[in-house]
Amino acid sequence: MVKRIFPHPLLSLTLVIVWIVLVNKVTLGNLLLGGFLGIAVPILTSAYWPGRPRLKRPWRTLDYVAVVVWDIIVANVEVAVIVLFKPNAKIRSHWVTIPLDLTSPEAITVLAGTITLTPGTLTALLSADGGSLLVHCLHTDDPEEIRDTIKSRYERRLMEIFQ
Amino acid sequence: MLAEIVISAFLVIGGIFGLVGSYGLLKLRDCMQRLHAPTKASTVGVGSVLIASMLYFLLVKGQVSFHEVMITLFLFLTAPITAHFMAQVHVRLREREDDLPETDRDFGWSIYEDPPVYGDGD
Repeated sequence: MVKRIFPHPLLSLTLVIVWIVLVNKVTLGNLLLGGFLGIAVPILTSAYWPGRPRLKRPWRTLDYVAVVVWDIIVANVEVAVIVLFKPNAKIRSHWVTIPLDLTSPEAITVLAGTITLTPGTLTALLSADGGSLLVHCLHTDDPEEIRDTIKSRYERRLMEIFQ
Repeated sequence: MLAEIVISAFLVIGGIFGLVGSYGLLKLRDCMQRLHAPTKASTVGVGSVLIASMLYFLLVKGQVSFHEVMITLFLFLTAPITAHFMAQVHVRLREREDDLPETDRDFGWSIYEDPPVYGDGD
């Protein structure tokens, strides 16, 4: 019963918070409307999201977000330098295959998004069985190193959060 | 005074990254390389403009504004998905399966092969 009304409790909570923040004012009316959205949206979309992702260690997300934000800043500068000062002929782009140990679809989505957000790497494809990602690197001399960094820096942390 | 300097600094940093992103779009050679530019401009470039906006409302206007956090959240959710779709279209139209690396799995890349069906039959 509870599961029917709240198919995704975390999504419900997020929607309420997002609604309050969007209107930028905490009033009873806004809370009620936010609550209504928080209940209605997950029910209406539950057909497309049958599973319920489990966050084993939710507090680890803070650590993950901090690492990713830091990496985005550092990598942005690196890519800016490549774009500005490297002649096109010297930019060596590579396709890299990342074999995945993650199995939860939500975790793989987060990893793919993280790879795209950190400049210099971009997720292009997923293998048919969901077991590996195809990543495009803007410039690297050592594609294996990119693969190892992604696995050890992001995937390991996501494993701790989700599995 | 100090607040204004800090806010301006963030705005200038955001502008520089936005400019570099656009320049990259022009300068780089192929579609996949060019895709890297917008994901860059939308993270640090837009990010520092949003930080500047938050600081402005907090320090100059004296009110707390969370809209910027929401914009950041929505950008971080949508930018990778757009890039992912464009990459898929590019691979489908311009790349051959033989030019891509192997998946290291029993199945090929998802745009060339259908997903395996589990739990069917027996």
